[in-house]
Amino acid sequence: MPKPPPLDRQNALLVTEICKFFHLPQPPLWKRLLGAKMALPQKGALPTVAPGDKAPVAAVDHVSFRIGRGEIFGVLGPNGSGKSTLIRLISTLLKADKGSARIFGIDIEDDEMRVKQLISRVSVDAAFFKKLSPMENLLYGARLYGVTGPVARVKAYEIMGRLGLKRSSYNEPMEEMSRGMQQKVAIARAFLTSPVLLLLDEPTTGLDPRSKREVRAFIEELRDSHDATILITTHDMEEADALCDRVAVIHNGALVATDSPEALKRSIADNGSRPTLEDVFMRLTGEQLLADDSA
Amino acid sequence: MPNTILRGINSARLNALQTYAFIARNWHLTKRYWGWEVVWFFYALTSGLSVVFIAQGAEALTGSAVGFDVQYLTMYLIIGTLVWRYLSAIFILTSEVIAWERWEGTIEYTLMAPVRRWVHLVGQTAYSLTYGMISTLIIGIAMALFFELDLSNANMLGAGAVILGGSLSLVGIGILASILPLLYPERGAQMTNVVEASFLLISGVYYPISVLPEWMQAVAVLSPVTYVLDGTRAALLDGAALSELWQYILPLLALGCVTLPLGLFAFRLAENYAKRSGKLKRVG
Repeated sequence: MPKPPPLDRQNALLVTEICKFFHLPQPPLWKRLLGAKMALPQKGALPTVAPGDKAPVAAVDHVSFRIGRGEIFGVLGPNGSGKSTLIRLISTLLKADKGSARIFGIDIEDDEMRVKQLISRVSVDAAFFKKLSPMENLLYGARLYGVTGPVARVKAYEIMGRLGLKRSSYNEPMEEMSRGMQQKVAIARAFLTSPVLLLLDEPTTGLDPRSKREVRAFIEELRDSHDATILITTHDMEEADALCDRVAVIHNGALVATDSPEALKRSIADNGSRPTLEDVFMRLTGEQLLADDSA
Repeated sequence: MPNTILRGINSARLNALQTYAFIARNWHLTKRYWGWEVVWFFYALTSGLSVVFIAQGAEALTGSAVGFDVQYLTMYLIIGTLVWRYLSAIFILTSEVIAWERWEGTIEYTLMAPVRRWVHLVGQTAYSLTYGMISTLIIGIAMALFFELDLSNANMLGAGAVILGGSLSLVGIGILASILPLLYPERGAQMTNVVEASFLLISGVYYPISVLPEWMQAVAVLSPVTYVLDGTRAALLDGAALSELWQYILPLLALGCVTLPLGLFAFRLAENYAKRSGKLKRVG
């Protein structure tokens, strides 16, 4: 069993020209069997298809960015802009059509298993066995990541307590919990395995203001105390502004801006105005919409 | 101790812990869905009894004394019912490795965990074997309350060896069937029912395969269930010795040597396809 190569400690995530298309015209089966590949379009140039065929979609279109170790990096975009697809690509749940992603220097295609050990993902829908209790779900998740039952149990009590979960709910079926409580358990499960790169796909959607604040504090603490790097997608501009060191705005699968929230706000300020991140979002995605309409 | 050995030990320890994760999770699910377990127990018992009572009613059906051993036919049907119950439990639970995750909405979580796919499948298989054995034993005990079971001539160990040999090939076929819900998120689980029903039809669960049309008999030769049933009946009804049972065990092992690696290989291909086409996504 050869020793694995060392990790790149500075670049937590390096995404280069990554693409994911759906419904692209495919070569006939016999040509594919002989090794013919699907022709991939250039950035922003989807092929036209015959009427009645499904229109091709560029879910993620030549996206590149870098996240440094310890950073909280936000991805903002309207519904259907490609945020979740991007997270699925990085999570190894989808295979990219083109481009690459390296997590601490490891290519996600070349050493998928090692990458999986470094990451954890919290999706917009809390993915649980609904009949099982939070504790049973957490033990299952922890064991998959190599954390033994007794260790997981101690950590689970600690994390669930700090996330404000009632002790009486630890052993009740998840289906009896509110959406917000379920999402807290999902976050607890991710923290339980101590990931070095945490992928959060709209983690606070559906949470009340207090719960949102608790989750935010926990995310910051995870970064500060556990040396974790965090990629977060959100619709909540206030949250992105408060949490993120840098943000990227994605629209129609392509990145339209990447910078710190302050720099993005400065970039659209005029005549002494003090724009918010929401103004930046509206300007960037709105202009894009107008450009699409006039094309 | 050299580093390579240490890494090997750590890897084995991790694999064992992950296997246990699936077993423990499935056990917790079985406990939480206990109501369904009760329903399935009564369904399996009543459907089994319904079949076995056909033997008891043969004389009343024909209106005259039958020219065969009713006790033998009763035992023949009981063995068919119980062996089928066990094998179908293995097949269903193994083939539902993906279907369960789809129903619960956990497929993406489980498949992005750092678990080797064979470890995942071993965990699911270990649980399905244990579940199949215990549930079949309970139904067997319940059936014994209704019928007089004559096992005085039975070779129980031999029957156990045949069933064990057959379990491996059924696991392989279950893994093959489990890729259907990967490829067809909405209809895949129902497709596995068709596979199960086909085995029931061609494998001689309630009748010898010699009564089937010739083309079906040719297909039955490829079904591991056929050998398990023939071997188990030979051991339990005729008391066949282990040396006589090899004619059933060897084809079962050969089928297992084909279906297990083929199942793992096909599963890997299907998982890659699902990741390319976006079919892992939770909803359809």
